[in-house]
Amino acid sequence: MNLLLPFLQRIFYAAMLLVAVLILNFSMLHLAPGDIADTIAQASGGANTEMMAQIRNDYGLDQPFIVQLVQYVGKVLTFDLGYSFFYNQPVTTLIFEKLPATLLLVITAQILALVLGVFLGVFSARNPKGIVSYLVTFIALFGYAAPVFWTGILLLIAFSLKIQLFPVAGMIDVTIEGGWFVKALDIARHMVLPVLTLSSIFLALYSRLCRASMMEVLGSDYIRTAKAKGLSERQITYKHALKNSLSPVVTLAGLQFSAVVSGAVLVETVFSWPGLGTLALQSIIARDTPTILGILFFSALVVIVGNLITDLVLRLIDPRVGKSS
Amino acid sequence: MKPLLKVDNLRIELTTRDGVAPVIDDLSLQLNAGETLSFVGESGCGKSMTALALMGLLPEGVGRVASGQILFDGEDLTQASDARMREIRGNEISMIFQEPMTSLNPVYTIGEQIAEVLRRHQNLSRQAAWNKAIELLDAVRIPNPGARVSDYPHQMSGGQRQRVMIAIALACEPKILIADEPTTALDVTVQAQIFDLLRDLGRELGTATILITHDMGAVADMAERMIVMYAGRKAEAGPVEQIIEHPRHPYTKGLISCVPHLMATLTEERPELTEVPGIVPSLRDFGRDQCLFASRCDRADDKCKTSRPPEIEFENEQSSACWQAEQLR
Repeated sequence: MNLLLPFLQRIFYAAMLLVAVLILNFSMLHLAPGDIADTIAQASGGANTEMMAQIRNDYGLDQPFIVQLVQYVGKVLTFDLGYSFFYNQPVTTLIFEKLPATLLLVITAQILALVLGVFLGVFSARNPKGIVSYLVTFIALFGYAAPVFWTGILLLIAFSLKIQLFPVAGMIDVTIEGGWFVKALDIARHMVLPVLTLSSIFLALYSRLCRASMMEVLGSDYIRTAKAKGLSERQITYKHALKNSLSPVVTLAGLQFSAVVSGAVLVETVFSWPGLGTLALQSIIARDTPTILGILFFSALVVIVGNLITDLVLRLIDPRVGKSS
Repeated sequence: MKPLLKVDNLRIELTTRDGVAPVIDDLSLQLNAGETLSFVGESGCGKSMTALALMGLLPEGVGRVASGQILFDGEDLTQASDARMREIRGNEISMIFQEPMTSLNPVYTIGEQIAEVLRRHQNLSRQAAWNKAIELLDAVRIPNPGARVSDYPHQMSGGQRQRVMIAIALACEPKILIADEPTTALDVTVQAQIFDLLRDLGRELGTATILITHDMGAVADMAERMIVMYAGRKAEAGPVEQIIEHPRHPYTKGLISCVPHLMATLTEERPELTEVPGIVPSLRDFGRDQCLFASRCDRADDKCKTSRPPEIEFENEQSSACWQAEQLR
């Protein structure tokens, strides 16, 4: 009960925030020059003023700004994200079509980075002068410094071109035949490079943060108490120290939820991964406003839900969170 | 009677930026089963370091036992394996610390933290250990133990947390309890309660206690024998009453005259409160062949500054490392 009550309040604020984001997104996109009429005219090799006006009238783009805004917000509140001019499909359908691919990529990369990052962080905190510790410093430096698309391209050159281990692009080989297992295996093969690329950023963040917070915790008084109890090294590290040092890592991982769209755009583009990032890029180029707005709205939703989940996990890890007043 | 713990010529070295310093220099002591021995001295005198050495918890890579023996029930702990030390820690020798506010793990319930040590050393089942934890909370006089057992440390006061630490330390009925300034961080009113608790439980379980403190009142109250440490060396040792009445080391004298409340009655004329001037020498001077207290001592002469005084034993079990111990009364 007292775990849930503050959440109801938070959910209310989150909804308010979403509406604000919606209005802001719509207004900003409206300010930008160019619309779908330009794209259509361009695609059909030019058009006169009457035709342009006709197109704008068809799509309701000639209405006053405030009318368009109210109409849009009203529609979104009934879970209708509008209709894509470019793809001729409802935006919701489009997003949910592309979502699984992105989720698969981002979640796999997140889990890999979390598990590996925490493990490396813990290991190097226990041996601060060991080789792994220097490796963590190197990974962190590399992950921070190297742009993700550059890492991706380098991996492509190395493991798809020079050594032809992994496919260059896409999510699945269209010519492949066989049962679900064969297909899953093929998807896994396609996933290796994009996942590695995407997780390199996360890994840098997590391993370094985990190392720092673990080192701090290992020097604390309650670790000395745990030693005085005669517990084994393993129990001290994984039971007493790890749980305490996870809070900052979880907080950071929660913030990375936004990467469902932002971080993945570059990686998906480099590897032609058919996910939300690719969709976002294409609809921006096509000036397909409803789709862009839909994706922006969706990513805001993901970030807000991600934050709520992070909060809940933090409360589960540390009983002191949210209790002090 | 064979002593429970016998420390012979213990030397502990600490590696610092200035080189290797003997933080404990030639310390010998004996502790009998069930008795209370007190370590007294200013901060930085090596009291806590001795305690950590007994626990095998000297700071890794920095401190080490350079020579000497720690014989516990005839077994030399300086030679014991890590696994053997883990068996002893928390089971046969346990320790409570100075900082009750931070000594408990904030993310586990106190019940879990007590039960854990029982599962580790007594192979109790989860349920049995949990029930024993409730009993222990009751034993350390925490009201309503059945409900408090599921509390987290942040829901308790400093005094209560120290009681939980005592419950953890005494859970396996250890032979030796080391209490390292257990009340320094607590309210004065709570201090007395904690000392009462330590004394009562110690007697009940027959646990020998090493009480590290600079509270002379607590020493007089709790301990049978005391060791006065100065700069890593034993300054004076012997039965508490004797030392307080007739200190044979100028440092002990100084410590006692710092304490206002040792007078028997209010009407008695009080001697002036004094302080021991100066500070403990820095670590790099610890190894010198001289009396390390000489620079702060008003009786010091040339001899004190050129050679280390030997430990002189008197017939009444008192001993003192001072060149002028004979004259001091």
